[in-house]
Amino acid sequence: MTTTAEKKIAGRKAPKPDAFDVAAIRNDFPLLQTQSHGKPLAYLDNAATSQKPQAVIAAIARYYTNYNANIHRGVYKLSADATAAYEGAREKIARFINAPSAREIVFVRGATEAVNLVAATWGMDNIHSGDEIIVSEMEHHSNIVPWQLLARRTGAILRVVGITDAGELSMEHYQSLLSERTRLVALTHVSNAMGTINPVDRIVALAHARGIPVLIDGAQSIPHLPIDVQKIGCDFFVFSGHKLCAPTGIGALWARYDLLDKMPPYQGGGDMISSVTFSGSTWNEVPHKFEAGTPHIAGAIGLGVAIDYLSGLGMDAIARYEHELLTDATEKLEKISGLRIIGTAPEKAAVISFVMENIHPHDIGTIVDGEGVAIRTGHHCCQPLMDRYNIPATARASLAFYNTREDVDRLVAAIEKVKEVFN
Amino acid sequence: MSDLRDLYQQTILDHTRKPRNKHEMSDATATADGHNPLCGDKIKLFLKVSNGIIEDISFTGNGCAISTASASMMTEALKGKSLAEVQALFERFHTMLTSPMDRDPDIEVLDKLAVFSGVREFPVRVKCATLPWHTLQAAIKHEHRPVSTE
Repeated sequence: MTTTAEKKIAGRKAPKPDAFDVAAIRNDFPLLQTQSHGKPLAYLDNAATSQKPQAVIAAIARYYTNYNANIHRGVYKLSADATAAYEGAREKIARFINAPSAREIVFVRGATEAVNLVAATWGMDNIHSGDEIIVSEMEHHSNIVPWQLLARRTGAILRVVGITDAGELSMEHYQSLLSERTRLVALTHVSNAMGTINPVDRIVALAHARGIPVLIDGAQSIPHLPIDVQKIGCDFFVFSGHKLCAPTGIGALWARYDLLDKMPPYQGGGDMISSVTFSGSTWNEVPHKFEAGTPHIAGAIGLGVAIDYLSGLGMDAIARYEHELLTDATEKLEKISGLRIIGTAPEKAAVISFVMENIHPHDIGTIVDGEGVAIRTGHHCCQPLMDRYNIPATARASLAFYNTREDVDRLVAAIEKVKEVFN
Repeated sequence: MSDLRDLYQQTILDHTRKPRNKHEMSDATATADGHNPLCGDKIKLFLKVSNGIIEDISFTGNGCAISTASASMMTEALKGKSLAEVQALFERFHTMLTSPMDRDPDIEVLDKLAVFSGVREFPVRVKCATLPWHTLQAAIKHEHRPVSTE
């Protein structure tokens, strides 16, 4: 099997605009056919990771079965095929997020590594003592801690944009924090804990008006919304593959070429160099300068195929369908007495965090699990957000395009069971 | 599915709803903080030890049904016990939670604490039940740094 064949592996054909065939889509996901505790699985932890379609699983198997070889320097056919598939995935990502060029796509392990990469390279070059980095109260730890590490090294200061009771970014507070000391704005596109969709276009415009670069954490937005980095206008965009139907351990950093070109390397090693002597080494060109060592080749190929699959369904269609599911789930959960939804912004992705009177989220999670319903409970790597609402944890249902109204109904029934146990 | 009734027994639910000895203690001789990052459970344990005997014990904090009930029942079980007895009890309790389901708990020693034997069927919840006990160990050692189950 060659990489030409790999390129042809798209998902299913694009559905008609008004027909989102969830039953057929579910058949593409082997794991959705399984049972949990003897009951059909209702998988509602998509903000943590997504399930993988057979097309992705098969593509990974095909790489290892038919053309496993190291990339970039092999003169033999296998290596050329592997290189073409790996670089082909880079091109698919560029098209998927409307990046001007595939060389602006850097493969990383995931969004976390991408943020760390920017902090360790661009950050160390551009952020100095007394400079300020703006983050928000709704950030995932992965968009807080790398900046804290950078601040510790450089003497920079973190400024934190507050959020409203509904879970929206306070744009007023954000604007008041922008100053001549601000060197970077690093904000999430969509909150993993609440689903809030932040107005990234406006966030970027306000920062750029002062010449401040912006990093957008797209880990939670890219699986659910069409992404256009040129329209957003940001300078850095990071995401993980595994939330996007691709394997774990692969993700991407997109950054403007002029920024990548000036940034120093992240890790040293093979593939990232142009020449090595003991008197000094020179770096490979962008993006290879940032990809030291043998990368996750199978992962990158899998990510490319996942993007084909999602593009086949259409990100607009996915966003529309998930919004309908969110509306349905919100209406049903709101009717449950003693249940309170955390995060009620008007613009939301399909994430519903909730707490219940006198019942700890951990107990909710265990009991609904017994009904075959998988949800997340805990702080969702957002401890500052939990502190903001003065709660230790929430239960969180996060939906994907392969979920159904039946999944939602099963969650509602499972929550009723929780109440039975505790009443 | 393991039976939820084994986990959420009436005694446990009763202690969750009305935790005993849940208050601060101004004349404690030792305190310790415990934290389970997985679920966000936090507990502060207060001990008043005199001549090797636990004269008083209490806790504060916020946790799930299992950790709250475990803390509540632990405080009830330990009042008046010697530190040596406490240690023996902790070992039995820990053994019960980590041994196979078919092994009966040592009811003679554990007494009421045997209601936690159902937690064994839910491995991810074992840490909830042991958090108060690990925090107790820290308090006994007069350690002031928080203990974590992770």
